[in-house]
This record gives sequence, structure tokens and C-alpha cells, in this order.
Amino acid sequence: MSTGQSVPAQQAPLVEILGLNVGFAGANADRSIVIDVDLTIRPGECVALVGESGSGKSVTARSLLSLAGEGARTTARRFEIKGRDVRGYREADWRKLRGTVTGLVMQDALVSLDPLRTIGQEVAEVISSHRILTDPGSIRERTLDTLRRVGIPNAADRALQYAHQLSGGLRQRALIASAIAANPDLIIADEPTTSLDVTVQAQVLQVLAERIREGAGVLLISHDLAVVAGIADRVMVMRDGRVVDSGPTRDVLTRPRHSYTRQLIAAVPSVRSRGARLASARIGPAAVNAANGDAVTITREPLPARREAGEVVLEVEMISKSYISPKATGRVRSTVLQDVSFDVRAGEVVGIVGESGSGKSTCAKIVLGLLSPDQGEVRLLGGPWSALSEAARRPLRRKLQYIPQDALSSFDPRYRVQDMIAENLAGLPERKQQRERIVSLLELVGLSAEYLERRPRSLSGGQRQRVSIARALAAEPALIVCDEPVSALDICIQAQVLDLLAELQSKLGTALLFISHDLGVIEHLADRVLVFHNGRVVEQGAVEAVLGHPQQPYTQALLAAVPDIQRGLTARTLAAGALVAGPAKGAEAATGG
Amino acid sequence: MWSRIISRLFTSLVVAWASVTATFVALHALPGRIQDILAGDLEYPGLREAIAAEWGLNRTLPEQYLDFLFRIFRGDFGTSYVLRQPVIEVVGSQLLPTVELALTAGVLAVVIAGGIALLTAGRSNFSREVASVLELVFASTPVFWLGILLLMAFSFNLRWFPVSGAEGWKSIVLPSITLALPTAGLLTQVLREAMEKTLDQPFVTTVRARGVGEFIIRWRHVLRHALLPAVTLGGWLIGGLLGGAVITEKVFGRPGLGTVTLGAVLTHDVPVVLTVVLLAAFIHVAASTLLDILYVLIDPRLRAQ
Repeated sequence: MSTGQSVPAQQAPLVEILGLNVGFAGANADRSIVIDVDLTIRPGECVALVGESGSGKSVTARSLLSLAGEGARTTARRFEIKGRDVRGYREADWRKLRGTVTGLVMQDALVSLDPLRTIGQEVAEVISSHRILTDPGSIRERTLDTLRRVGIPNAADRALQYAHQLSGGLRQRALIASAIAANPDLIIADEPTTSLDVTVQAQVLQVLAERIREGAGVLLISHDLAVVAGIADRVMVMRDGRVVDSGPTRDVLTRPRHSYTRQLIAAVPSVRSRGARLASARIGPAAVNAANGDAVTITREPLPARREAGEVVLEVEMISKSYISPKATGRVRSTVLQDVSFDVRAGEVVGIVGESGSGKSTCAKIVLGLLSPDQGEVRLLGGPWSALSEAARRPLRRKLQYIPQDALSSFDPRYRVQDMIAENLAGLPERKQQRERIVSLLELVGLSAEYLERRPRSLSGGQRQRVSIARALAAEPALIVCDEPVSALDICIQAQVLDLLAELQSKLGTALLFISHDLGVIEHLADRVLVFHNGRVVEQGAVEAVLGHPQQPYTQALLAAVPDIQRGLTARTLAAGALVAGPAKGAEAATGG
Repeated sequence: MWSRIISRLFTSLVVAWASVTATFVALHALPGRIQDILAGDLEYPGLREAIAAEWGLNRTLPEQYLDFLFRIFRGDFGTSYVLRQPVIEVVGSQLLPTVELALTAGVLAVVIAGGIALLTAGRSNFSREVASVLELVFASTPVFWLGILLLMAFSFNLRWFPVSGAEGWKSIVLPSITLALPTAGLLTQVLREAMEKTLDQPFVTTVRARGVGEFIIRWRHVLRHALLPAVTLGGWLIGGLLGGAVITEKVFGRPGLGTVTLGAVLTHDVPVVLTVVLLAAFIHVAASTLLDILYVLIDPRLRAQ
């Protein structure tokens, strides 16, 4: 290993794999999902596997548990876990390792914990099934102790609750507790913070960092380089089953060798990428110092100039919405949205940021006329909108289009691409004309006539989102509400779709109301931003002002919690300097170059 | 949770009341005089007058309705004029054998279905193929035909079990298998499909990563999830078991509600028929109430927070 390694380098590795290949029985039996991967993890070390969906990172990680999936065939030149050669292991042998030597933490505790069992039962299962403890009293004690270790307050009460009764952060902590209850030497964390809010994500990463400090090895799988920057000692970048780049985190992120890693780093949207293309961004010559805040120097092509903001398209005036929910203690009125006001002008991109439950989706539904506000009014194109009856609204609906996060579930699975777009076309009775228009729309979003007959399932995530954009544009709308349109996409695809949106927006001048939990995306794309918190707009204004110099404590906290490559690296250097005496990486290296 | 159960019990009462009312309306909607209908084929002096007196037919319709409701509530289902004894005694004495048969068959079906589903769900092997063919065959076989086949094989040829009657445990073996197999066939299909769906859930991977054995995963985690769709089917199954029991009793010559009902229909013993109809309705209401409560017990997410 490199000289950058400190204490862990001297210890015997927990995992040592050379030449790992994983293939699956079945149709593509000859094609391997993981090809020639070498992996070493030492106690107290965090190794990150980074890559897009389908890159083989999860399969690699699950091979350490022999849980890569049904029909998985694993071969390796060397495969040792805690010094034991596991190549000849049977299922029963693996089972003894699972939970005791290796613990698995997955994404989204709501579905990764058995929803029909209590947190306590779930955490205790690993202890009782390995007979680490046998009497109920000490099992319970260990369970509560584990819950406390991951920072769950009132552990005794929480242990009796079910996953759905806990908040996202507590739930994910409980999932971690269920993985570490038997004190495994290695924690495999497969996208453990994906789908969590940034502030919660920071807390969950903190829990993992504590385990590393206690001496556990962590294999972190993530698609997010910024998350990795703050916690990993070494990074391995995977693509199409191979490791294309690997090394100490700082080296990989500041001096990426492989073009793919360079592309991954360059495609991250941020305030630095405003007005520029993401997909074509490249890391520039290392000689130029990264003075502008990027960990590396990135050269980007500018996007076409934006139009001036025109007349007001959408006016939202003091809207409020609340629900009455039946509770054991009586009916409770919960306010989802309170006194929200803003407007959107033609040619403008207005961003809405906020954590889950902040009311941003409710706001979108009210704007789209799918919910009516309890108070206040929404006006569209200078006329009434929320006050209209559905029948009166229908002819106007074309002016207001919607791009969802999950395009696939918004498509009728039996419709072909052309049917989906044709549904939104009006006034073109002739088939030929209609077809021409559909083809021109497809070309506009970077697809071609060959996609006309395709069905949603046979499209990739990026293509689906392009079809959704084409479908929205078919109606020639004045405003498009985009609800997390790139959140489910891999970073490179996200860059392409964001470029497309920005380009079309400057070309057509369509106003966008862009909802995202990702501040980077908003900083990159939006002109103005609204920060939602607990159903209120806590801060709004120009993006540079609000996100550059936030006035409200909430906005400041939100910004501070957003993982950032540069900040993550700096924080690690400081932490390492504080913990490890000796020749750790110098501060000069921190600026890269 | 309790408020949910109480409100469910209340709706059940309403449904039960509605079924009593429907029976009353049906009786009065029949063409002809009530006393003629209730007397059936019987003809002797004073009978019609006695019926009119017992049912209070000279009073107004609302009065009769309230009286009917009150009598049912008290458990007084009238007199079978054909059999010359209170209906409750006729039905009550025959209820037990039927419930015994339906219950045995029901338990047998659940055990068979649960066992096969636990063993074969999500496994791509030969036994799963065989099991799914057998399920399809049994789910689509009529009860009476299955009963006749079993009788021929095990009673006439092998002489292991009696041909008919209700004496001793041996007499219930063939009827309950007959009744259980079609139900088990369908139930296994539903259970296995639900289990296979559950096995694909992320939490199953989490449980596997704890080093829990495959059978325990299925028994402790997966089966409970699979029970939810099976419980939905439960109401229908109970109806099927009762209906099937009537036919099975006939095939195996067992006493029970089936024999009573058939006799009552053939002799136009309307009070008995009415009671059987009401009883069937009550059993259905009770069963679906229990199943709904069972839902809440199985799935904590359905409990109000």
C-alpha cells in the first residue's frame, strides 16, 4: 500500500482478495459482472467502492458475504477473510462469518429491516442466532447497548417500535445497530446514506466513522464522491466490473489518473459549474492551482446565454395546506405548508430545496392543481388557477407540464415512446404530421426516430428522463414543474440531462420550477431559490445570494451538511493530524497539484 | 388499535343485522301467504293457525319485523313443522359434525400449504415443479370427484377407512382430506407466490447477512409477510370449506348441516332453510371480522399510531 497509510498498514488485513471474478449462471453466463478486482481492507480502515449503477460495486461487496445473488459464481486467486481462505467455503461456513465477522448495512432501512418486527427483535437476531448470548436478559441488554452505541436515544422505548415508526435517521441507525450487534470486524455499507437528507446523512456517516475509530474495517459503497471524500482512506473507482482507478482518497480525488474518474469528478454540479456544461467538463492541467474551490481544476464549456426573465407565468400567493390525522391522543392538525408565496417568470429557473417533509412536494402538487390549497391562491399566466374547477382547468393544463423523478412509473408500461408523446400533442390530426413532430421532439432531447417504437422498460434511466422531457415539451408549456428529475440518475447521466434541460431552457425560454434535495443541482441550474423548512419558505432570493451568503441558520446548517469533495478532504486531513502523530500527509498536499 | 377493532366489530354487527333483515324481506317477498310457505308440504287442521299465532302474522309488518329481530337475537329460530321440533335443536345437533369436518380440513389445508410453500418457495428445483403441478390439479378438481376417488382407493380396495358414517377418528380422515386438498392447492399457490415476492425484498438480504439459516428466514420473516395475502383469501376459503363440507358429507354419508339442509330443501322445511341461511351469513361475518383483526395483529403498520 502507499506511504499515505498510517497505523492500519501494520495490522493484518481483514480482507485480502486478488483477482476476484464474479459471473452469474444464466443467459449471460460467459460475461462476468466483476472482473479481476483486488481488494484489501485493514482494521480501522475505510475503503470506498465508487461507481455507477451496474458497475459491479455491490456485487463485489456482497461477494464478501457470499450474498452476491442467486447463481453467482465467484473465483479468485486469493480470497481471505481474517486470514482464512474462504474459497472452499460452503453455505454453512459462510453463515458463521455473516454477522460475526462481516456486517451488512444497506440503503433505506424502511425496506432493509423487516417491517413486521420490532427494532429490538431485529437487532437481537444476530446475537441470538449465533448463540453469542443465550439468556433473554443479556440479549436484551446487549441490544439496548448497541442501540445506544449508534446514538439512538431512549433505546428501551425504541426497541419496541417498528421501522416505520422511526424517523429516517433513527431508522438508518437502527439498521446499522442490527449489523454491528455482534461486533463484526468488517462493516459493509452499501449506499448507507442514499435517499437520506443531507443533515441526516452527515449523522449516519458520523456513526460509521466512530466504528472505524473503534477499529472496525469499513467497505463503503457509494455513487457519491463527496460522501467518500469525507470518510474513506482509500478509494476504488469501478466501471463495467473493473477497478479503473484506486489509491488513497486524496490522490484519487485530486490527481485522478483514469479518464473515467476525471469525468466523474468534473460532472458534479455545483456553484462553480453555473452557466457551463457538465457532461463535457474536463479536469484541466494540474499545473493550474485550484483557487476557485474545486479540488482540481476543471475546464468547462459555457452553455448558450440565458434569456432575460419575462412576464410572470406563475404566482403563488400565501398558500397553506394542512391535514387532520387521527392519532391515539385525538385528532391532530398537521400543517404541511404555511403562507408560501413566490412567483416564476418566463425564461426563469426557480429552485426549491428542502429536506423530506419540508412541504416541497405538496407545494408542487398545489402548483400543478392536483391539490387545492386551504388558503391562498395560485395564478397561472395572469389568470386564476387554483380557484378554477377541474373542468375549467383542463384546457389550461397543457401550459403546465410535469417531469417526475421516477419516469418509469409515470409511463404506461404498454405505451410506446410515440404514444406517450402523442398523448401530449394537440391539433395535429394528420398521422404524418404528428409523427414528424414527435421525431423532431425526440431529436430535440437527443434521441432519434428509432426510439419511436420502444417501450419504457427497454429504455435506460437517462433515456426515460429524456422521453419525459420530450413529453412535457410536446404540449408547448409555459412552465414545467420538475420534481427531483435527476435524483435517481448516475452522475454522468445526470450531467447529460442537466445539460439538456439547461440548453432547452435557454433555447425555448420555458420557465422551470425545479425541486431538488441536492443543493449542487440547484446552485448549478437555478436563477432563484426557495429554501423550504417545516412547510415555510425560510429564505428566498438569487441563488448566489441565498446559497453563497445564507442569512438564516437553517440554510447555513443545510449548506454545512452538504458533502463536498474539497471540504471532505480538508476535514479528514485535520482529523488525521489530530489523531495520528507522525508523518501524515502535509497540509501543502491538501491543495492538490 | 383497539378503536379500530371496536369499529370493526360494530360494522360486523351492522352486516349481521342487514342479513337478518334481508332474510325477513325475502320471506315476505315470496308469493303466497306466509303460513303456507312456512308449513311447506304439511297439511293438518290447525297448523296454519298455529303458525300464524307463533309468527304473529295478524300484526302489522313493522311489529312482525321487530319481533323477528328480537327472536333471532334471543336465539329463537322458530319451529320446524316438518320435524316437529325447534329449529335450533335440529340445526344445533348437526352443527358440530360439520364444524368438526370443516375445521379439520381447514387446519389440514393450512398445514399442507404452509409446509409446501416453506419448502419450495424460491427454489428452482424439481420438487417445486412437481408441487406446482399437483396444486393446479387439486385446485381445479371438484370436491365430490376427489371424494369418490379416495373412497374407491382407500375404502373399497384397501379397506383402510370406513366407507361412511361418523364413528371414531377413522371416519373423518378421508372426508377431511377430500375437503382440504382443493383448498390447500389454491392456498399453496397464493402463499408461495407471496413468499417468493417477499424473498426478493431487501430486508431478506439483511437477515441473511446476519448469518440466519435459510429455513429460519422463511419461518420467522418471510412467512409472516406471505400470510397477508393468504388472509385476504381466508374469508373466501371459509365459505368454500363450509360449502364443500355439505357436498363431502353427502359423498361420505356423514351427518351434518349438509344433510339437514338438503333434507329441509327437499321437504320444503322453510324455517330450517331460513336458519341455515342466517347461520351461513353469521359465520361469514364472524370469519371476516376475525380475519380483519388478524391482519392488524400480523402487520403493525396497520395499527393506528
